[in-house]
Amino acid sequence: MANQRPIRVLIAKPGLDGHDRGAKVVARALRDAGMEVIYTGIRQTPGMIAEAALQEDVQVVGLSILSGAHLELFPRVIEELKSRGVDDVLLFCGGIIPHEDIGTIETLGFKGVFGPGTTTTDIIEFVRAHAPVRA
Amino acid sequence: MQAAELVEGVLAGNRRALARAISHVEADSPTGRELQRALYPRTGRAQTIGITGSAGAGKSTLVGAVTRDERRRGRTVGIVAVDPSSPFSHGAILGDRIRMQDLTSDPGVFLRSMASRGNLGGLSETATGVVDVMDAAGYDVVIIETVGAGQDEVEVATAAQTTVLVTNPGAGDEIQSMKAGLMEVAQVMVVNKADLAGADTAVTQLRALLAIADLRAWRPPILKAVAKTGEGVPELVDAIDEHHAYLRSHEHGDRERRELARKQIVALARAALHRQALETAEHSGALAALVDEVAGRRRDPRSAAEILLGAVKREWGEAALAEPTPENAAR
Repeated sequence: MANQRPIRVLIAKPGLDGHDRGAKVVARALRDAGMEVIYTGIRQTPGMIAEAALQEDVQVVGLSILSGAHLELFPRVIEELKSRGVDDVLLFCGGIIPHEDIGTIETLGFKGVFGPGTTTTDIIEFVRAHAPVRA
Repeated sequence: MQAAELVEGVLAGNRRALARAISHVEADSPTGRELQRALYPRTGRAQTIGITGSAGAGKSTLVGAVTRDERRRGRTVGIVAVDPSSPFSHGAILGDRIRMQDLTSDPGVFLRSMASRGNLGGLSETATGVVDVMDAAGYDVVIIETVGAGQDEVEVATAAQTTVLVTNPGAGDEIQSMKAGLMEVAQVMVVNKADLAGADTAVTQLRALLAIADLRAWRPPILKAVAKTGEGVPELVDAIDEHHAYLRSHEHGDRERRELARKQIVALARAALHRQALETAEHSGALAALVDEVAGRRRDPRSAAEILLGAVKREWGEAALAEPTPENAAR
């Protein structure tokens, strides 16, 4: 048991859009790849997402957003994580994110930005390659 | 963070240390075992509650409702929510937070989702250890929500002082099928979704089962609740508290505590024995050879199992002779 610890991932939807098909598809794909996926449901505040990441001690946080408020909400998620001392998680996001915003999001600390057309295999490989290893 | 640092953090109520400590215990790592050894003497203060029932009975919603009621009573609550791992990929989707979203922003609540990680019972093998860590962290109440009850439902009873069985109106057949293990499991029974037709029938069926049961001094109360609206939940929490008071004061309390301790030791030892025996069997090659024989109908599975067990015992006997430990060297 000790030698095959599954990667734990939090999939969350910040803000007010209620379309979570994409988040659920990603959650299922990661599960089928052998990961433990905590799904929190829609309409999460940045504080709720950060608190869930802390309590669940996940290695990875994936945010899905379709509302266009990513430049408002993502920095606040990062702030809330930092204020709780959660500084060693892999961050990625997906949804409707204009190309010109990707650079800004990456400088915030998101290692992967996955737009429409991404295959689940891409996301699985990304998570496997970058998830921090825990002792 | 090292074990000593984590122990200090957990005892000081540091949530990040608690979260990390739980991960170690869940992984059953050397650090995890060290943490359990260090923290166990600091446990025993929390009231522990198990919530079990079949899939869709409303366990998560009920855990949320019970937690809100406990909070109104001024108690802090730790929650361990166990969901099944896929037997194929070993992955899991843990969705209990969806029904307890409001509790995430309450600093008096700590919710941890766990995957069953394919152990023998419905309960994750390490879940009792996680309950202990939350106990040591100072939560007044620790609730453990388990994967839907089935044949392994008795194992649920090893995790908590008071186990609540959740059932629904119209689940008559299901109640019948639970007959055998039912009394071993639940100290409180609740018919959830009691706003649906047939709630009183379900209560009657449970009562009839209790009537034929070989009860000890504690008679499980049967309640009705609607977890979604909170109806009946204060009464449920009262009933759980009554059982807790019974354990604390009554002469049977000591016997029940010893019984719980015995069940926990046996469950963990059984799981470890099972895992280690299979590892030895696979490693020695004995299993593979027997599989060929049984698949080819040259040997029956029963005899093969006996031979396998013999092979494991021989390997273990030799291992013990080869590496004397302080215990067997003294004999």
